[in-house]
Amino acid sequence: MTDPRPKNEAPARLDRALRLLLPIAVLALVIVVWEVVVRAGNIPPYVLPSPQLIFSTLVADWAMLSAALLVTLATTLEGFLLAAVGGVALAVLFNQSRVIEYSLYPYAVILQVTPIVAIAPLLLVYLPQPAAVLVCAWIVAFFPVLANTTLGLRSVDRNLADLFRLYGATRWQVLRELKLPAALPYILGGLKIAGGLSLIGAVVAEIAAGSAGAGSGLAFVIVEAGYRLNIPRMFAALLLLSLTGIVIFFALSLVSHLLLRRWHESAIVQEV
Amino acid sequence: MSSPSPAPSTSGAPVVALDRVGKTFANGVVALDRLSLDVRLGELVSLLGPSGCGKSTALRIIAGLSEPTSGRVEWRETESADDAANPRRIGFVFQEPTLMPWATVAANVRLPLKLKGLDADAPARVTAALERVGLAGFAASYPRELSGGMKMRTSIARALVTEPRVLLMDEPFAALDEITRFRLNDDLLALWQSLRKTVVFVTHSVFESVYLSQRIVVMTPRPGRVFSELVIDAPHPRDQRFRTSAEYAGYCRLVSEALAEASAAGEQP
Repeated sequence: MTDPRPKNEAPARLDRALRLLLPIAVLALVIVVWEVVVRAGNIPPYVLPSPQLIFSTLVADWAMLSAALLVTLATTLEGFLLAAVGGVALAVLFNQSRVIEYSLYPYAVILQVTPIVAIAPLLLVYLPQPAAVLVCAWIVAFFPVLANTTLGLRSVDRNLADLFRLYGATRWQVLRELKLPAALPYILGGLKIAGGLSLIGAVVAEIAAGSAGAGSGLAFVIVEAGYRLNIPRMFAALLLLSLTGIVIFFALSLVSHLLLRRWHESAIVQEV
Repeated sequence: MSSPSPAPSTSGAPVVALDRVGKTFANGVVALDRLSLDVRLGELVSLLGPSGCGKSTALRIIAGLSEPTSGRVEWRETESADDAANPRRIGFVFQEPTLMPWATVAANVRLPLKLKGLDADAPARVTAALERVGLAGFAASYPRELSGGMKMRTSIARALVTEPRVLLMDEPFAALDEITRFRLNDDLLALWQSLRKTVVFVTHSVFESVYLSQRIVVMTPRPGRVFSELVIDAPHPRDQRFRTSAEYAGYCRLVSEALAEASAAGEQP
């Protein structure tokens, strides 16, 4: 009880270093092999560009790529926020009213199981492109939040619920003090999935929209570069999309860790 | 430890009375059948019975967490105006510590005050409750950082923080190891002596019930009914010497026999 720190910190630090260094080493190795293969085999850039060419394309096209990145990023974040707020709010509403849950839940499922690629063109018919893209990102991302939050709100310890009843807690108190904190790990799990999915939703909608112009994002850059056989630019845009996804994942993991580290099993490092 | 022992159990005024209480669950299981029981002011009474005898159900009915399907639960008012306004002032300790894992020990103990809107002197009351159970230094800890015994102490502090008239305990120490259980038994007795609360203690341990109680109510299983009542007329405070005395052993034999008879009686149609 007196000293919560691990007694042997050196192995723990080594483990952490390995976790960081090994993936980087693998990446470096792949890049080197890739570069060597492209150069040695004289592979033309329209078949497979070398890492070095992709990087120089990234620098050369940065003005255009960064503008597209911002568009995709904005759509993704807006879709994610709407999904987070909408998913949690809808789950709370379902939890409070069985009538609403029974009436609407099937449609939430239908929205989820219908492939987004098939819905996107239809949305583009009825909505202006930025709105349609946003709705796509939202549709894909909100369901995991809804489903996880619903599960979390139901996973309340029965005895704790009895305790709240014993002290005459109001509905609002039960929700705020018991159900939402109990659901927090589930909500954060849902958000982690939603972060990745909102990026996918944004990209799918951009590809379906397929129109050029000021408001086009990274996915459209990829489609357009594909038409022009500008393979290095395709890779550069893909790299940016991938990095965006990684940043979103780590940001949400960090938030989750900070919120749960004191009490939830998932965030606690087990000493052996 | 040398305070005089409380008055014999028979003299207290009833605080709550169960009058021919029956409970049948939706699946047809008859948990309780015409259970009548008086709980007297200031006494420490145990409900003892094999598992499935409905003793926990009886406790939940006293707490108002479950409604009887027949019979009545009557709370008697006492002189105190505070009690008259709200005679059903109870603290409940579950079999599990039942703490909110996301909240500190202090926040867990404070919960009843928060839910009842009693925020005025909450920090002082929480501190006092934690001191009473020997957890003064652990206010900022999280439940997962505590041992099983300390979690249960937190749970008891939470039950005491509202100054309840009656403390209901549902096999609170059943999941603890023997050493911790003995210590918590002693601590509970000390708390009971200093606070003079009425305590209803549910257990399936003969030894625990004899050690703690002034009175033991032995119940039959399926359906739950009072089989017999035994008064443990040994003076409090009780300690390790009582646990190893011939008197204690004698009471244990007596209660064990009653329990065996009760179990046999319950199995007949």
